Amino acid sequence: MRKLFAAAAAVALGLTASLGAQAADKTKVGFVYVGPVGDMGWSYQHDQGRQAIEKKFGDKVETTFVESVSEGPDAERVIEKLARAGNNIIFTTSFGYMNPTLKVAAKYPDVKFEHATGYKRADNVSTYGARFYEGRYILGQIAAKMTKTKTIGYIGATPIPEVVRGINSFMLGAQSIDPELKVKIIWINSWFDPGKEADAAKALIDQGADILVQHTDSAAPLQVAAERGVLGFGQASDQIKFAPKNQLTAIVDHWDEYYISRVQAVMDGTWKSEDTWGGFDKEMVHMAEFTNMPEDVAKMAAETEAKIKSGELHPFKGPIYKQDGTLVVKEGETLDDGTLLGMNWYVKGIDGKVPE
Amino acid sequence: MDFADALLVSIVTASTPLLLAAIGELVVERSGVLNLGVEGMMIMGAVCAFATSLTTGNPYLGILAGILGGAAMSLLFAFLTLGLVANQYATGLALSLLGLGFSGMIGENYVGTPGVKLPTLDIPVLSDLPVVGDALFNQDILFYIAILLVFFVSWLLFKSRWGLILRAVGENHNSAHALGYNVNRVRLYSVLFGGVCSGLSGAYLSLVYTNLWIENMTAGRGWIALALVVFASWLPWRTIAGAYLFGAVLILQFHAQGAGWEVPSQLLSALPYLATIVALVFISRNRTVARVNTPSCLGQSFVPDR
Amino acid sequence: MRLEMQKRQSPSQAMSLLSPVLAIILTLLTGAIMFSLLGFNPGKALYVYFVEPLLDPWSLQELVVKASPLILIAVGLTICYRSNNWNIGAEGQFTIGAICGSVLPIMFPDFQNYAVFPIMLAMGAIGGALFAYIPALLKNRFATNEILTSLMLTYVALLLLDFIVRGPWKDPEGYNFPESRLFHSYAQAPSLFEGGRMHIGALFAVIAAIVVFVLFIRTLKGFEIKVIGETPRAGNFAGFSKERMTVFAFLVSGALTGLAGILEVSGPIGQLRPTISPGYGFTAIIVAFLGRLNPIGAIFAGLLLALSYLGGEAAQVDLGISEKTAKAFQGILLFYVLACDTLIHYRIRIVFSNKTQVKEVA
Repeated sequence: MRKLFAAAAAVALGLTASLGAQAADKTKVGFVYVGPVGDMGWSYQHDQGRQAIEKKFGDKVETTFVESVSEGPDAERVIEKLARAGNNIIFTTSFGYMNPTLKVAAKYPDVKFEHATGYKRADNVSTYGARFYEGRYILGQIAAKMTKTKTIGYIGATPIPEVVRGINSFMLGAQSIDPELKVKIIWINSWFDPGKEADAAKALIDQGADILVQHTDSAAPLQVAAERGVLGFGQASDQIKFAPKNQLTAIVDHWDEYYISRVQAVMDGTWKSEDTWGGFDKEMVHMAEFTNMPEDVAKMAAETEAKIKSGELHPFKGPIYKQDGTLVVKEGETLDDGTLLGMNWYVKGIDGKVPE
Repeated sequence: MDFADALLVSIVTASTPLLLAAIGELVVERSGVLNLGVEGMMIMGAVCAFATSLTTGNPYLGILAGILGGAAMSLLFAFLTLGLVANQYATGLALSLLGLGFSGMIGENYVGTPGVKLPTLDIPVLSDLPVVGDALFNQDILFYIAILLVFFVSWLLFKSRWGLILRAVGENHNSAHALGYNVNRVRLYSVLFGGVCSGLSGAYLSLVYTNLWIENMTAGRGWIALALVVFASWLPWRTIAGAYLFGAVLILQFHAQGAGWEVPSQLLSALPYLATIVALVFISRNRTVARVNTPSCLGQSFVPDR
Repeated sequence: MRLEMQKRQSPSQAMSLLSPVLAIILTLLTGAIMFSLLGFNPGKALYVYFVEPLLDPWSLQELVVKASPLILIAVGLTICYRSNNWNIGAEGQFTIGAICGSVLPIMFPDFQNYAVFPIMLAMGAIGGALFAYIPALLKNRFATNEILTSLMLTYVALLLLDFIVRGPWKDPEGYNFPESRLFHSYAQAPSLFEGGRMHIGALFAVIAAIVVFVLFIRTLKGFEIKVIGETPRAGNFAGFSKERMTVFAFLVSGALTGLAGILEVSGPIGQLRPTISPGYGFTAIIVAFLGRLNPIGAIFAGLLLALSYLGGEAAQVDLGISEKTAKAFQGILLFYVLACDTLIHYRIRIVFSNKTQVKEVA
């Protein structure tokens, strides 16, 4: 028992000794992730961005993150905790953090907040998101060139506008090459279940798909593609390691430049509330190497990427028809960002309904 | 592979991890112990199997490591619930928390690395059978183990002296003790067996089902396995029925979606759960089966009076 | 060497107070070793984990906010578990309670007056109770095991919520994102302190705990629960109906859980979303047993569990300790608390193989 007390006393001593003051001149940056950093997808890529900040600014910044924060009642507490810990700027990286972020921001006017994928802003709350659909247009073109069965399998997580927009953009890209292409869509109602992703992938292949597109996080569908000898695309990060002979390319979430610029703005005192929705142009979306395809297809893909980047091509350029044939965008016009943001209808050529 | 064969292979893959974990938990529960920590043991099995197979390049060593991971967790559970008579429900849930956290710590360096796939073992002639050939006779060793385990457990419980003792312990631990059996030792072995099976199930996830490591990749399968034991009314053969029913509905609803069924996908996703409930309602209308097979001492700790 | 348990003649009063202390000491020691092995200053880590959240009014409020639903659910579960009804589907009942309670503010947003909030609470409780009634009914009518049905129904409830906020109930001005409209001010749980997040749900949790406590020790129903739970056959002779008890336990537990659901949605969240619970329904099972199936114990257990969550977050924010480490540590903490509780009912001896060396541990 005496030893026990001695140990307790040692703990207590260490405790008082260690509560020193922290360096005040550092810019403190906080992150809230919805998944574990080990999800190898959405949260993982945001954490890559956080590491880029550390690399760039070294001693001048101090970054913290809290991972696996449920979008329910816990979010507000975690965000507020980060604000109270003296963070100067806080990135909240999931749509479900929108209202909690605004609530906390109202209480801490001196802290800057950056909310990913939302649409509500305040004087100290910016929003940002990436035009991943630009990449999906290219996937559509590649898929149309590469498919032999004329059937594409598409695995969606949940039918939010982001995913629906991706499907439409993919389809428009595919139709620019082959108007007859068919896409089969399976929703797994989860962002996070590699097993189910694999099951869905198998079901699609069994139904005749020879190219898999996924809007879920893990590399499981790509592995299935490799096993069954069909082609696929990586999601969120370059997953070529998982399917060296079967990944055509991947849409890579790339937050490094944006995060560095926002932290820089806080350091310079030039931070303003903004809405950033960037694609290839802002380096938020990267394409992994175009591979496992003939030279001419890779060349076409690279050209499309360059055209979208320069603004010469917009995936949602008219004419665009809804499923029932109604014209949404006239020839020569492009779909406005508001409609894109809330997209809940399919373009012509996709069978099935958007699940509601 | 033709369509039916491929479909069966998918169903078998989705069901086998459930079967492995369920058959283990069945033995645990038959001895009167309820271990709600299947999820935690399973995920430890998954991460140990993945890490080991990657480091050594040998998936069979991975399986061994998965077994050890699951077994270690089950021993922790046994120490608390049998040694210290801690509450089984709460300890099991805490075991799940611990497993999810600890596996994340172990697996940190393995995120984003493709794993080593467990090879399939082709059983000559039989694997050429139409429809069922690939699904049943061109599988990996874990599938065969799963099926053999069902045979084994069925024999163990109902044909062997061991099984008689084990069931007696689960049925009435006081009488079993009075007859001179060491109740907690029997339960220790049962819990360990459950840990081994959950470890195998985890190994199946990271070596066969999806060849990668992602945190929380069990995604609730431990809970389904628990439910399947109840579904099986604690009868080994019925775990096969339960696991494959669940897996089949899961896979078929994906096919329904791909074929363009215009039903809300959430409803389709809910089908495996609803199907299990409905099937159990039909099975359990025969009350005697349920009454005879439910271990009466389930969840109760035993301390010998002296 | 082996452990030998010896049942005490009566539960030790001293140990029921001492065992948590012992558990805390053991947790601190283990934590100190674990954190130093991981390269953190153990003193600081433990301070951030266990002490800091208790020193600041903000985190004290947050502690209560986190603990309230856990306590409310766990209190209901004590009735179930004491009467041998193994309801592990609280997560689903929580979800359905939240959905039913949200009908008014979402479908009739213009109906705004002081009646709204009480009606919401009532509907939430009724919804949770009716959903919990399904496993009770199946158990009584078809002898269907409630562990399976209540668990499977949880998944169904979660998918139903998902469907409803993506489809019929999504915010008309919300760009088709899967969220309901924000609740108007009459539909929000009144907060107890200006500007804080602590809301009226905390009062409900405490009141529920006291009422159920009184029910257990002062009423015939409480006696009935005890008899049916401990000696079902004696209950039969006494004319108590096991079936009615099952229905009672599930209804009360479902109602309290549904109430927790609507309180959470109308309080901290303020709208219906696809995710409204970080696993409260499952965590509450731990709380119920940690509180020794005593409603007052559930209050302490709920607060302890909430502290372990807050501490884990603080450790991530202040020290960069990973969430996985925090989760593993939480598991260890629970193990110690559960293990030490043994001392209340048992003496533990370590028996070495050499028979003479018997060492009294506690």
